[in-house]
Amino acid sequence: MRQIIIIGSGPAGYTAAIYAARANLSPLLIASSVEAGGELMKTTEVENYPGFAEGIQGPELMLAMQAQAERFGTEIVLDDVVKLELEGEVKRVTLGNGDVHEALTIVFATGSAYRKLGLEDEDRMSGHGVSWCATCDGFFFRQKTIAVVGGGDSAMEEANFLTKFADKVYVIHRKDTLRASKTMQDRAFANPKIEFLWNKEVAHIYGDELVTGIGVVDVTDGTETTLDLSGLFIAIGADPRTHLVHGQLTLTAEGTVAVDGRSSRTNIPGVFAAGDVIDPTYRQAVTAAGSGTVAALDAEHYLAALPKEVLARAEVQPATV
Amino acid sequence: MSSAKDVTDATFADEVLNSSDTIMVDFWAEWCGPCRAVSPILDAIAAEHSDKIKIVKLNVDDNPQMAMKYQITSIPAMKVFRGGEVVKTVIGAKPKPAIEADLAEFLA
Repeated sequence: MRQIIIIGSGPAGYTAAIYAARANLSPLLIASSVEAGGELMKTTEVENYPGFAEGIQGPELMLAMQAQAERFGTEIVLDDVVKLELEGEVKRVTLGNGDVHEALTIVFATGSAYRKLGLEDEDRMSGHGVSWCATCDGFFFRQKTIAVVGGGDSAMEEANFLTKFADKVYVIHRKDTLRASKTMQDRAFANPKIEFLWNKEVAHIYGDELVTGIGVVDVTDGTETTLDLSGLFIAIGADPRTHLVHGQLTLTAEGTVAVDGRSSRTNIPGVFAAGDVIDPTYRQAVTAAGSGTVAALDAEHYLAALPKEVLARAEVQPATV
Repeated sequence: MSSAKDVTDATFADEVLNSSDTIMVDFWAEWCGPCRAVSPILDAIAAEHSDKIKIVKLNVDDNPQMAMKYQITSIPAMKVFRGGEVVKTVIGAKPKPAIEADLAEFLA
Protein backbone atom coordinates (compact mmCIF):
# COMPACT_ATOMS: atom_id res chain seq x y z
CA MET A 1 0.00 0.00 0.00
CA ARG A 2 1.07 3.56 -0.75
CA GLN A 3 0.88 6.71 1.30
CA ILE A 4 -0.38 8.65 -1.72
CA ILE A 5 -1.71 8.03 -5.22
CA ILE A 6 -2.13 10.95 -7.60
CA ILE A 7 -4.61 10.61 -10.45
CA GLY A 8 -3.90 12.92 -13.37
CA SER A 9 -0.80 14.16 -15.16
CA GLY A 10 -1.47 17.80 -15.97
CA PRO A 11 0.19 20.67 -14.09
CA ALA A 12 -1.87 19.87 -10.94
CA GLY A 13 -0.99 16.17 -10.89
CA TYR A 14 2.71 16.59 -11.63
CA THR A 15 3.12 19.46 -9.17
CA ALA A 16 1.38 17.44 -6.44
CA ALA A 17 3.80 14.62 -7.29
CA ILE A 18 6.85 16.90 -7.05
CA TYR A 19 5.80 18.08 -3.59
CA ALA A 20 4.76 14.63 -2.36
CA ALA A 21 7.95 13.02 -3.66
CA ARG A 22 10.13 15.68 -2.03
CA ALA A 23 8.26 14.98 1.22
CA ASN A 24 9.37 11.32 0.89
CA LEU A 25 5.84 10.03 0.33
CA SER A 26 6.91 7.87 -2.68
CA PRO A 27 3.87 8.84 -4.77
CA LEU A 28 2.37 6.72 -7.47
CA LEU A 29 0.97 8.85 -10.30
CA ILE A 30 -1.60 7.40 -12.70
CA ALA A 31 -1.01 9.42 -15.85
CA SER A 32 -3.59 7.91 -18.28
CA SER A 33 -2.74 5.73 -21.26
CA VAL A 34 -3.10 8.23 -24.08
CA GLU A 35 -3.48 11.65 -22.45
CA ALA A 36 -0.38 11.76 -20.24
CA GLY A 37 0.65 15.37 -19.76
CA GLY A 38 -2.92 16.57 -20.13
CA GLU A 39 -4.33 19.38 -22.19
CA LEU A 40 -1.03 21.24 -22.59
CA MET A 41 0.30 18.35 -24.71
CA LYS A 42 -2.01 19.66 -27.44
CA THR A 43 -0.89 23.27 -27.27
CA THR A 44 2.04 25.04 -28.87
CA GLU A 45 3.61 28.13 -27.36
CA VAL A 46 2.81 28.80 -23.69
CA GLU A 47 3.60 32.46 -23.06
CA ASN A 48 2.17 33.00 -19.59
CA TYR A 49 3.81 30.31 -17.47
CA PRO A 50 6.11 32.23 -15.13
CA GLY A 51 9.82 31.55 -15.39
CA PHE A 52 9.94 31.14 -19.16
CA ALA A 53 10.62 34.66 -20.38
CA GLU A 54 10.66 33.61 -24.03
CA GLY A 55 7.73 31.17 -23.71
CA ILE A 56 7.88 27.40 -23.80
CA GLN A 57 6.17 24.73 -25.89
CA GLY A 58 3.30 23.07 -23.98
CA PRO A 59 4.59 19.49 -24.46
CA GLU A 60 8.09 20.57 -23.45
CA LEU A 61 6.74 22.11 -20.24
CA MET A 62 4.84 18.94 -19.37
CA LEU A 63 7.79 16.64 -20.06
CA ALA A 64 9.91 18.85 -17.81
CA MET A 65 7.29 18.62 -15.02
CA GLN A 66 7.22 14.84 -15.47
CA ALA A 67 11.01 14.63 -15.27
CA GLN A 68 11.00 16.80 -12.15
CA ALA A 69 8.41 14.55 -10.48
CA GLU A 70 10.40 11.44 -11.42
CA ARG A 71 13.67 12.94 -10.22
CA PHE A 72 12.38 12.88 -6.63
CA GLY A 73 11.02 9.36 -6.83
CA THR A 74 7.50 9.57 -8.31
CA GLU A 75 6.48 6.32 -9.96
CA ILE A 76 4.41 6.97 -13.09
CA VAL A 77 1.98 4.48 -14.61
CA LEU A 78 0.64 5.03 -18.13
CA ASP A 79 -2.81 3.60 -17.65
CA ASP A 80 -6.36 4.76 -16.98
CA VAL A 81 -8.25 4.54 -13.72
CA VAL A 82 -11.45 2.60 -14.29
CA LYS A 83 -12.70 2.43 -10.69
CA LEU A 84 -12.14 4.39 -7.49
CA GLU A 85 -13.19 3.27 -4.01
CA LEU A 86 -12.66 6.27 -1.77
CA GLU A 87 -14.58 5.54 1.43
CA GLY A 88 -12.69 4.29 4.48
CA GLU A 89 -9.11 4.58 5.61
CA VAL A 90 -7.65 2.69 2.64
CA LYS A 91 -8.53 3.90 -0.85
CA ARG A 92 -8.55 1.51 -3.81
CA VAL A 93 -7.67 2.44 -7.39
CA THR A 94 -8.39 -0.05 -10.20
CA LEU A 95 -6.60 0.42 -13.52
CA GLY A 96 -7.51 -0.51 -17.09
CA ASN A 97 -5.01 -3.38 -17.03
CA GLY A 98 -6.72 -4.85 -13.95
CA ASP A 99 -4.08 -3.85 -11.40
CA VAL A 100 -5.44 -2.63 -8.07
CA HIS A 101 -3.44 -0.12 -6.03
CA GLU A 102 -4.16 0.96 -2.46
CA ALA A 103 -3.26 4.16 -0.67
CA LEU A 104 -4.03 6.17 2.44
CA THR A 105 -4.55 9.35 0.43
CA ILE A 106 -5.66 10.22 -3.08
CA VAL A 107 -5.08 13.40 -5.04
CA PHE A 108 -7.76 13.62 -7.71
CA ALA A 109 -6.54 15.84 -10.57
CA THR A 110 -8.26 14.55 -13.68
CA GLY A 111 -8.79 17.95 -15.29
CA SER A 112 -11.53 18.40 -17.82
CA ALA A 113 -12.76 16.94 -21.09
CA TYR A 114 -13.53 18.87 -24.27
CA ARG A 115 -17.13 19.93 -24.62
CA LYS A 116 -19.02 18.90 -27.74
CA LEU A 117 -21.49 20.99 -29.70
CA GLY A 118 -24.09 18.25 -29.32
CA LEU A 119 -24.92 18.05 -33.04
CA GLU A 120 -26.18 14.95 -34.75
CA ASP A 121 -23.28 14.59 -37.19
CA GLU A 122 -20.52 15.68 -34.83
CA ASP A 123 -19.26 12.23 -33.88
CA ARG A 124 -19.66 10.81 -37.37
CA MET A 125 -17.61 13.65 -38.87
CA SER A 126 -15.01 13.63 -36.11
CA GLY A 127 -11.71 12.96 -37.85
CA HIS A 128 -13.32 13.77 -41.19
CA GLY A 129 -13.16 17.51 -40.84
CA VAL A 130 -14.43 18.00 -37.30
CA SER A 131 -11.56 18.32 -34.83
CA TRP A 132 -10.78 19.21 -31.22
CA CYS A 133 -7.03 19.52 -31.78
CA ALA A 134 -5.68 22.30 -33.99
CA THR A 135 -2.06 21.34 -33.38
CA CYS A 136 -2.78 17.76 -34.48
CA ASP A 137 -4.96 18.44 -37.48
CA GLY A 138 -4.29 21.99 -38.74
CA PHE A 139 -1.64 20.63 -41.10
CA PHE A 140 -4.31 18.91 -43.20
CA PHE A 141 -6.12 22.16 -44.00
CA ARG A 142 -3.51 23.92 -46.12
CA GLN A 143 -5.11 26.57 -48.33
CA LYS A 144 -8.55 25.55 -47.10
CA THR A 145 -11.39 27.49 -45.50
CA ILE A 146 -12.16 26.39 -41.96
CA ALA A 147 -13.95 27.59 -38.85
CA VAL A 148 -13.22 27.66 -35.15
CA VAL A 149 -16.17 27.66 -32.73
CA GLY A 150 -15.66 29.42 -29.42
CA GLY A 151 -14.74 32.73 -27.82
CA GLY A 152 -12.15 31.88 -25.19
CA ASP A 153 -8.36 31.84 -25.12
CA SER A 154 -8.14 28.37 -26.62
CA ALA A 155 -10.42 29.34 -29.51
CA MET A 156 -8.25 32.40 -30.26
CA GLU A 157 -5.05 30.40 -29.96
CA GLU A 158 -6.40 27.75 -32.31
CA ALA A 159 -7.65 30.32 -34.82
CA ASN A 160 -4.30 32.11 -34.91
CA PHE A 161 -2.41 28.84 -35.16
CA LEU A 162 -4.65 27.57 -37.96
CA THR A 163 -3.94 30.63 -40.13
CA LYS A 164 -0.47 29.15 -40.64
CA PHE A 165 -2.17 26.55 -42.81
CA ALA A 166 -5.63 27.70 -43.85
CA ASP A 167 -6.39 30.54 -46.26
CA LYS A 168 -9.37 31.64 -44.22
CA VAL A 169 -10.50 31.00 -40.67
CA TYR A 170 -13.96 31.97 -39.45
CA VAL A 171 -14.34 32.36 -35.71
CA ILE A 172 -17.92 31.58 -34.76
CA HIS A 173 -19.09 32.86 -31.42
CA ARG A 174 -22.56 32.89 -29.95
CA LYS A 175 -22.10 36.25 -28.26
CA ASP A 176 -20.91 39.63 -29.50
CA THR A 177 -17.92 39.82 -27.18
CA LEU A 178 -15.10 37.40 -26.47
CA ARG A 179 -14.15 35.75 -23.20
CA ALA A 180 -10.52 35.51 -24.35
CA SER A 181 -7.77 37.64 -22.80
CA LYS A 182 -7.03 41.05 -24.33
CA THR A 183 -3.70 39.89 -25.80
CA MET A 184 -5.28 36.92 -27.54
CA GLN A 185 -8.21 39.02 -28.80
CA ASP A 186 -5.94 41.72 -30.23
CA ARG A 187 -3.84 39.13 -32.00
CA ALA A 188 -6.92 37.52 -33.56
CA PHE A 189 -8.47 40.89 -34.59
CA ALA A 190 -5.20 41.86 -36.26
CA ASN A 191 -4.96 38.63 -38.23
CA PRO A 192 -6.15 39.30 -41.81
CA LYS A 193 -7.07 35.64 -42.38
CA ILE A 194 -9.54 35.60 -39.48
CA GLU A 195 -13.15 36.71 -39.91
CA PHE A 196 -15.43 36.89 -36.88
CA LEU A 197 -19.04 35.75 -37.08
CA TRP A 198 -20.77 37.18 -34.02
CA ASN A 199 -23.97 35.94 -32.37
CA LYS A 200 -23.88 32.74 -34.37
CA GLU A 201 -24.25 29.09 -33.43
CA VAL A 202 -23.39 26.05 -35.50
CA ALA A 203 -26.64 24.22 -36.23
CA HIS A 204 -25.62 21.70 -38.91
CA ILE A 205 -22.53 19.97 -40.20
CA TYR A 206 -22.76 19.05 -43.87
CA GLY A 207 -20.78 16.45 -45.77
CA ASP A 208 -20.83 12.82 -46.72
CA GLU A 209 -17.34 11.46 -46.18
CA LEU A 210 -15.67 14.77 -45.41
CA VAL A 211 -17.03 18.03 -44.07
CA THR A 212 -18.15 20.30 -46.92
CA GLY A 213 -19.92 23.01 -45.00
CA ILE A 214 -21.85 24.06 -41.93
CA GLY A 215 -25.11 25.79 -41.19
CA VAL A 216 -24.90 28.69 -38.77
CA VAL A 217 -27.89 30.27 -37.06
CA ASP A 218 -27.95 33.89 -35.99
CA VAL A 219 -29.08 33.82 -32.37
CA THR A 220 -30.57 37.31 -32.59
CA ASP A 221 -33.03 36.63 -35.43
CA GLY A 222 -32.94 32.87 -36.03
CA THR A 223 -31.86 33.06 -39.67
CA GLU A 224 -29.63 30.26 -40.93
CA THR A 225 -26.85 30.63 -43.46
CA THR A 226 -24.59 28.01 -45.02
CA LEU A 227 -20.81 28.32 -45.09
CA ASP A 228 -18.73 26.22 -47.48
CA LEU A 229 -15.69 24.97 -45.61
CA SER A 230 -13.70 21.82 -45.04
CA GLY A 231 -12.76 21.95 -41.37
CA LEU A 232 -14.56 22.72 -38.12
CA PHE A 233 -12.46 23.09 -34.96
CA ILE A 234 -14.45 23.03 -31.74
CA ALA A 235 -13.07 25.03 -28.80
CA ILE A 236 -16.11 25.77 -26.66
CA GLY A 237 -14.60 24.86 -23.35
CA ALA A 238 -14.39 21.77 -21.24
CA ASP A 239 -16.30 20.01 -18.49
CA PRO A 240 -14.69 18.73 -15.28
CA ARG A 241 -13.90 15.03 -15.58
CA THR A 242 -15.72 13.63 -12.56
CA HIS A 243 -17.34 10.39 -13.79
CA LEU A 244 -15.03 8.29 -11.58
CA VAL A 245 -16.22 9.98 -8.39
CA HIS A 246 -19.96 10.41 -8.99
CA GLY A 247 -21.81 9.29 -5.89
CA GLN A 248 -18.63 9.52 -3.81
CA LEU A 249 -17.38 13.11 -3.92
CA THR A 250 -19.69 16.08 -3.52
CA LEU A 251 -19.86 18.24 -6.64
CA THR A 252 -20.64 21.95 -6.96
CA ALA A 253 -23.44 23.46 -9.03
CA GLU A 254 -20.84 24.02 -11.78
CA GLY A 255 -20.03 20.31 -11.79
CA THR A 256 -16.57 20.65 -10.25
CA VAL A 257 -15.46 18.65 -7.21
CA ALA A 258 -16.37 20.61 -4.07
CA VAL A 259 -13.45 21.44 -1.78
CA ASP A 260 -13.33 23.09 1.63
CA GLY A 261 -12.47 26.79 1.21
CA ARG A 262 -8.99 27.39 -0.18
CA SER A 263 -7.94 23.84 0.71
CA SER A 264 -8.09 20.75 -1.50
CA ARG A 265 -10.10 18.73 1.05
CA THR A 266 -13.14 16.96 -0.42
CA ASN A 267 -16.04 15.56 1.58
CA ILE A 268 -14.12 12.29 2.12
CA PRO A 269 -11.18 12.36 4.57
CA GLY A 270 -7.91 11.50 2.82
CA VAL A 271 -9.21 12.46 -0.62
CA PHE A 272 -7.92 15.73 -2.04
CA ALA A 273 -8.75 17.33 -5.39
CA ALA A 274 -6.74 19.79 -7.46
CA GLY A 275 -6.54 21.59 -10.78
CA ASP A 276 -9.26 22.18 -13.38
CA VAL A 277 -11.49 19.50 -11.84
CA ILE A 278 -12.12 21.85 -8.86
CA ASP A 279 -11.87 25.13 -10.73
CA PRO A 280 -14.84 26.55 -12.67
CA THR A 281 -13.21 29.97 -13.00
CA TYR A 282 -9.49 30.37 -13.67
CA ARG A 283 -8.29 27.09 -15.23
CA GLN A 284 -4.73 28.15 -16.03
CA ALA A 285 -1.64 25.96 -16.06
CA VAL A 286 -0.16 27.98 -13.23
CA THR A 287 -3.31 27.99 -11.07
CA ALA A 288 -3.54 24.22 -11.57
CA ALA A 289 0.08 23.83 -10.52
CA GLY A 290 -0.57 25.93 -7.40
CA SER A 291 -3.64 23.84 -6.67
CA GLY A 292 -1.53 20.66 -6.96
CA THR A 293 0.83 22.08 -4.35
CA VAL A 294 -2.09 22.71 -1.98
CA ALA A 295 -3.29 19.11 -2.43
CA ALA A 296 0.13 17.60 -1.75
CA LEU A 297 0.57 19.72 1.40
CA ASP A 298 -2.96 18.88 2.60
CA ALA A 299 -2.28 15.17 2.04
CA GLU A 300 1.03 15.46 3.90
CA HIS A 301 -0.70 17.08 6.89
CA TYR A 302 -3.44 14.44 6.85
CA LEU A 303 -0.88 11.62 6.80
CA ALA A 304 1.11 13.22 9.61
CA ALA A 305 -1.97 13.11 11.82
CA LEU A 306 -2.69 9.39 11.23
CA PRO A 307 -1.83 6.87 13.96
CA LYS A 308 1.65 5.33 13.61
CA GLU A 309 0.28 1.80 13.09
CA VAL A 310 -1.85 2.94 10.14
CA LEU A 311 1.09 4.74 8.53
CA ALA A 312 3.30 1.70 9.03
CA ARG A 313 1.03 -0.31 6.73
CA ALA A 314 1.79 2.09 3.89
CA GLU A 315 5.48 1.44 4.05
CA VAL A 316 5.02 -2.05 2.64
CA GLN A 317 6.13 -2.20 -1.00
CA PRO A 318 5.50 -2.95 -3.80
CA ALA A 319 2.30 -1.03 -4.28
CA THR A 320 0.37 -3.64 -6.25
CA VAL A 321 -1.83 -5.81 -4.06
CA MET B 1 10.04 5.62 -30.49
CA SER B 2 8.00 2.96 -32.22
CA SER B 3 9.00 -0.50 -33.36
CA ALA B 4 6.56 -0.42 -36.29
CA LYS B 5 8.10 -0.40 -39.75
CA ASP B 6 7.93 2.81 -41.79
CA VAL B 7 6.12 2.80 -45.11
CA THR B 8 6.33 5.67 -47.60
CA ASP B 9 4.53 6.99 -50.66
CA ALA B 10 7.00 4.95 -52.71
CA THR B 11 6.67 1.66 -50.84
CA PHE B 12 2.95 1.85 -50.01
CA ALA B 13 1.75 -0.29 -52.91
CA ASP B 14 4.29 -3.06 -52.27
CA GLU B 15 4.14 -3.08 -48.49
CA VAL B 16 0.44 -2.44 -47.93
CA LEU B 17 -1.79 -2.70 -51.00
CA ASN B 18 -0.22 -5.82 -52.52
CA SER B 19 0.33 -7.59 -49.23
CA SER B 20 -1.61 -10.75 -48.46
CA ASP B 21 -1.63 -9.85 -44.75
CA THR B 22 -4.06 -7.73 -42.75
CA ILE B 23 -2.12 -4.51 -42.30
CA MET B 24 -2.91 -1.50 -40.17
CA VAL B 25 -1.29 1.76 -41.25
CA ASP B 26 -0.73 4.34 -38.50
CA PHE B 27 -0.78 7.80 -40.12
CA TRP B 28 1.25 10.01 -37.78
CA ALA B 29 3.60 13.01 -37.47
CA GLU B 30 6.36 14.15 -35.13
CA TRP B 31 4.40 17.23 -34.03
CA CYS B 32 1.32 15.26 -33.00
CA GLY B 33 1.35 14.56 -29.26
CA PRO B 34 -1.53 12.06 -29.31
CA CYS B 35 0.33 10.13 -32.06
CA ARG B 36 3.30 9.68 -29.73
CA ALA B 37 0.94 8.57 -26.95
CA VAL B 38 -0.79 5.92 -29.05
CA SER B 39 2.35 4.54 -30.69
CA PRO B 40 3.45 2.22 -27.84
CA ILE B 41 -0.13 0.93 -27.59
CA LEU B 42 -0.08 -0.03 -31.27
CA ASP B 43 3.31 -1.68 -30.76
CA ALA B 44 1.86 -3.75 -27.92
CA ILE B 45 -1.17 -4.80 -29.98
CA ALA B 46 1.09 -5.75 -32.90
CA ALA B 47 3.32 -7.80 -30.60
CA GLU B 48 0.39 -9.61 -28.98
CA HIS B 49 -1.34 -10.39 -32.27
CA SER B 50 1.57 -10.76 -34.68
CA ASP B 51 -0.17 -13.72 -36.36
CA LYS B 52 -3.34 -11.69 -37.06
CA ILE B 53 -2.30 -8.16 -37.96
CA LYS B 54 0.78 -6.24 -39.03
CA ILE B 55 1.14 -2.62 -38.03
CA VAL B 56 3.21 -0.15 -40.05
CA LYS B 57 3.43 3.62 -39.84
CA LEU B 58 3.37 6.40 -42.40
CA ASN B 59 4.73 9.86 -41.62
CA VAL B 60 2.22 12.30 -43.16
CA ASP B 61 4.80 15.11 -43.30
CA ASP B 62 7.13 13.09 -45.49
CA ASN B 63 4.46 11.25 -47.45
CA PRO B 64 1.73 13.70 -48.45
CA GLN B 65 0.47 11.63 -51.40
CA MET B 66 -0.86 8.75 -49.32
CA ALA B 67 -2.16 11.12 -46.62
CA MET B 68 -4.12 12.95 -49.32
CA LYS B 69 -5.27 9.80 -51.12
CA TYR B 70 -6.73 8.38 -47.93
CA GLN B 71 -8.29 11.76 -46.99
CA ILE B 72 -6.50 12.06 -43.69
CA THR B 73 -7.72 15.16 -41.84
CA SER B 74 -6.98 14.09 -38.29
CA ILE B 75 -4.16 12.12 -36.73
CA PRO B 76 -3.45 9.68 -35.34
CA ALA B 77 -5.53 7.83 -37.95
CA MET B 78 -5.23 4.07 -38.19
CA LYS B 79 -6.52 2.37 -41.32
CA VAL B 80 -6.75 -1.39 -41.69
CA PHE B 81 -6.06 -2.72 -45.21
CA ARG B 82 -7.02 -6.09 -46.65
CA GLY B 83 -6.44 -6.94 -50.29
CA GLY B 84 -5.62 -3.32 -51.09
CA GLU B 85 -8.85 -1.94 -49.60
CA VAL B 86 -9.50 0.01 -46.42
CA VAL B 87 -11.71 -2.20 -44.25
CA LYS B 88 -11.59 -0.22 -41.01
CA THR B 89 -10.64 3.26 -39.81
CA VAL B 90 -9.83 4.16 -36.21
CA ILE B 91 -9.31 7.84 -35.44
CA GLY B 92 -7.70 9.42 -32.42
CA ALA B 93 -5.54 8.24 -29.54
CA LYS B 94 -7.54 5.86 -27.38
CA PRO B 95 -6.69 3.51 -24.52
CA LYS B 96 -5.57 0.01 -25.48
CA PRO B 97 -8.87 -1.74 -24.64
CA ALA B 98 -10.77 0.75 -26.83
CA ILE B 99 -8.49 0.18 -29.83
CA GLU B 100 -8.63 -3.58 -29.29
CA ALA B 101 -12.43 -3.33 -29.29
CA ASP B 102 -12.33 -1.36 -32.56
CA LEU B 103 -10.09 -4.04 -34.08
CA ALA B 104 -11.93 -7.01 -32.53
CA GLU B 105 -12.94 -8.53 -35.87
CA PHE B 106 -9.30 -8.65 -36.98
CA LEU B 107 -7.79 -9.87 -33.73
CA ALA B 108 -10.19 -12.77 -33.09
